[in-house]
Amino acid sequence: MSKGLEKNKGFILLKGGRFYEPFLSIDAQNDILIKDGIIIKIDKNIKEEKKYKIIECKNNIITNGFLDLHVHFREPGFEFKETIETGSLSAFYGGFTRVCTMPNTEPVIDSPELIKFIIEQSKDTPVYIHPIGAITKGQKGLEISEIGEMVEAGAVAISDDGIPVKNSQVLRFALEYAKKFNIPVINHAEDNCLVNDGLMHEGEMSTKLGLPGNPDIAESAMVYRDLSISEYVGGRLHVPHVSSFKSLEVIKMFRKKGVNVTAEVTPHHLSLTDNILKYYDTNAKVAPPIRSSKDKKALIDAVKSGLIDCIATDHAPHAVEDKDRDFKHASCGMIGLESAFGIVNKTLAAEKVDIADIINLFTVNPSRVINIVPNLIKEGNIAELNIIDPSCKWTFDEKSIKSKSNNSALLGQEMLGRVLFSMNKGYILDCKV
Amino acid sequence: MGKIKSILLNELEMSKMLTRISHEIIESHSEISSIAIIGIRTRGEIFAKKIVDNIEKISGDRVHYGILDVTFYRDDFSQNLGSPKVGPSDISFDINSKNIVLIDDVLYTGRTIRAAMDELFSFGRASSIKLGVLIDRGHRELPIKADFVGKNFPTSNNEHVHVLVNEVDGKDEVRLVQY
Amino acid sequence: MKRIETKHLLGLENVSSKDIETIIDVGFTFREVLERPIKKVPVLNGKNIVNLFFENSTRTKISFELAEKRLSADVTNFSASSSSVEKGESLRDTIQNIHVMKMDCVVMRHPIPGSCLQLSNYVDVPIVNAGDGTHEHPTQALLDMMSIKEKFGKIKGLNIGIVGDILHSRVALSNIFGLIKLGANVKLCAPPHLLQRNIEQHGVSVTYDVDELIDWADAVNVLRIQRERMGVGLIPSIREYRKFFGITSERLNRHKKEIVIMHPGPINRGVEIDSDVADGDQAIILDQVLNGVAVRMSVLYLLLGSKDFE
Repeated sequence: MSKGLEKNKGFILLKGGRFYEPFLSIDAQNDILIKDGIIIKIDKNIKEEKKYKIIECKNNIITNGFLDLHVHFREPGFEFKETIETGSLSAFYGGFTRVCTMPNTEPVIDSPELIKFIIEQSKDTPVYIHPIGAITKGQKGLEISEIGEMVEAGAVAISDDGIPVKNSQVLRFALEYAKKFNIPVINHAEDNCLVNDGLMHEGEMSTKLGLPGNPDIAESAMVYRDLSISEYVGGRLHVPHVSSFKSLEVIKMFRKKGVNVTAEVTPHHLSLTDNILKYYDTNAKVAPPIRSSKDKKALIDAVKSGLIDCIATDHAPHAVEDKDRDFKHASCGMIGLESAFGIVNKTLAAEKVDIADIINLFTVNPSRVINIVPNLIKEGNIAELNIIDPSCKWTFDEKSIKSKSNNSALLGQEMLGRVLFSMNKGYILDCKV
Repeated sequence: MGKIKSILLNELEMSKMLTRISHEIIESHSEISSIAIIGIRTRGEIFAKKIVDNIEKISGDRVHYGILDVTFYRDDFSQNLGSPKVGPSDISFDINSKNIVLIDDVLYTGRTIRAAMDELFSFGRASSIKLGVLIDRGHRELPIKADFVGKNFPTSNNEHVHVLVNEVDGKDEVRLVQY
Repeated sequence: MKRIETKHLLGLENVSSKDIETIIDVGFTFREVLERPIKKVPVLNGKNIVNLFFENSTRTKISFELAEKRLSADVTNFSASSSSVEKGESLRDTIQNIHVMKMDCVVMRHPIPGSCLQLSNYVDVPIVNAGDGTHEHPTQALLDMMSIKEKFGKIKGLNIGIVGDILHSRVALSNIFGLIKLGANVKLCAPPHLLQRNIEQHGVSVTYDVDELIDWADAVNVLRIQRERMGVGLIPSIREYRKFFGITSERLNRHKKEIVIMHPGPINRGVEIDSDVADGDQAIILDQVLNGVAVRMSVLYLLLGSKDFE
């Protein structure tokens, strides 16, 4: 068992904390008493007893475990980068008790048998996995996969993430067919032709660095296409990892027309600009690319206004040999589970966003996208919660990483806010260890 | 619709004729059980039924009964092709080796009877076919003859014999109508 | 005097409900003919009917041929290969040859919608549509309605469901036109992408849930999954279609009332319908086949007699 991860046995009293449960609309000072991983009492002032292990929660917030709609756990097929076990641990360290895994593994998750495999593999981890199934068989973009069977087996959405659905008619079929099963379709919006082998955002920085550019329209044009189709057939689309202000304009326009669309943003798109690539740091090479300060500002405003619904890390582990290459040949992607809260809280707190709203971005908001509700924090339920210190200053370094890979562009950065403890499925984790 | 020239038969006369025809049919067949009375639509089948009832009253035997709709076998194709006023025939017994008596209300050109005989052959091979009609109005165009006749009424071509039966028209009557 | 108003049977959309009822009623008369030892009537003696099939069909073709022969008509069969259709070989050329040879009636099946209507511009004789692409298949709908009337004694007011690939189904469209005209309630069930967008404008309702359909319906017409008419991968797998839309006995047993099951054939056993359902008591599939010959006899009889004669 990992350092700091323990079975949640005996009595634990969370004392003096702010209890924020957005699903139940509770925001109050409350103590919480937990026994063997089950919440047995929530009250103003719970009397201490000798047998209780006390966790002092003064100035801390006790809230739900986080949900990440977008992670890559690389199993089956790429276990050298990450496994379901290591990915789950990494998630738990970041305060995530639930994650949605993307299907671009080997083999691709396009059948109910493989959905069940993923769920089986997560049984002994401290995290609940809600797999996302592929839109098309093998993610080849040609034939839609057994969506109904996958949903019945536990899939919560469909996506060919990593690859855009190029054939618009196939996307149309998927959006129509998915209506029967009430799940969102998540299309990786990048027109490969317009990307044109671009390696970073096409802008001032790419010119200076001499790297081929990936223009923002590669994303926004496809978001426009996707939403036009979705509007036409009355479907439900979720836009992953929005990176550009142009895409936000498109989403805003369609949402105004009443189209059912949700959107997510990654912590790295929210907190970084293409300046981070000044030294050709391959850890900052991601798809879609990190863009300009104008885009970053627009994304922050969108989070504040609710145009973007939630944070999703797009946790993308890559082995050292995949990243330790020239910029062209390095793999795209960044891990993000352990650093997510720290960097998002730092970025948004600076913009005077309230901590409760920040927590919503990790809890109720993503929950609404896939209609999955966690174990609510109430008496009798399994304890699925985080203890957060919103003002904790800490440095994100190798020691903070529990993933098998450590490809993060945020290494060495100062974070604000930290998940101190995570509890789920009868486990408790001291995240500072 | 034409003008009624005269009433040829009233209810009582029709009833007496049917009784007589029923006796004649029994008399002309040695084996009552081999007899089958088949009425030709429309109205022939009503008289046929009465004859079957009569035969039962007289002899105690209930002979076979059937209905023929000859629309598909008529030879006046152009005029009658596509007529929706067609109903199913109903011959639910085996006609092979039976002595059929066809019953129609009026015998005129004989073409209806020729069509009825052709249709009968699609059901099997009868031992014999005889014809019984209520009225024979002459003007045969084919070599057809009735074996049992209610009454002979010579008519001209611009006249028409209207047969009414209680079950369909509300009264039993035979009228001569001029067009 | 016209017996039925319509000169051709190109579809049911433009045929009056009165004509439809006449065709069905006369169809029952021809059912009786089909019970006789000699199942033949001489009504179309001397008439020449050409069966122009530009698309493969075994069952419809046999049914029409049987109907024509039982009416004593002379039958000529013309089967164009699919390649000549692909080459766009002129319909007009084929037809004008036939026209010159003085045929009395044309029964045509063609893969492109509207071909029968176009044909009626070149020939004068009655034309019967035996299926024009994804448009109409009127004789199928007529035999379906005749079978419904045979089973229930009426059509008006009944709840008739249709389940399957509605988008590509000429059987569905003709049934919708015919049933609505005769006063039935129609509900369609299909995967959402296999339904026309504005199908509800025809007075039908729609559901994606086949159990909801079964609960509502008096009879359900189960359409065949037409693999040859679809692009690649419209249905993810047979097991997926069967699980969510298949008429299986387990599904039927979950519902209290017994519904009548229909199918235009040929059946894909284990896909849209299970063998034990197709062969079971609730299905009237074989009656449909028999009614098919009878209703086609009725159509030909009524159309070939609909010329005006003084």
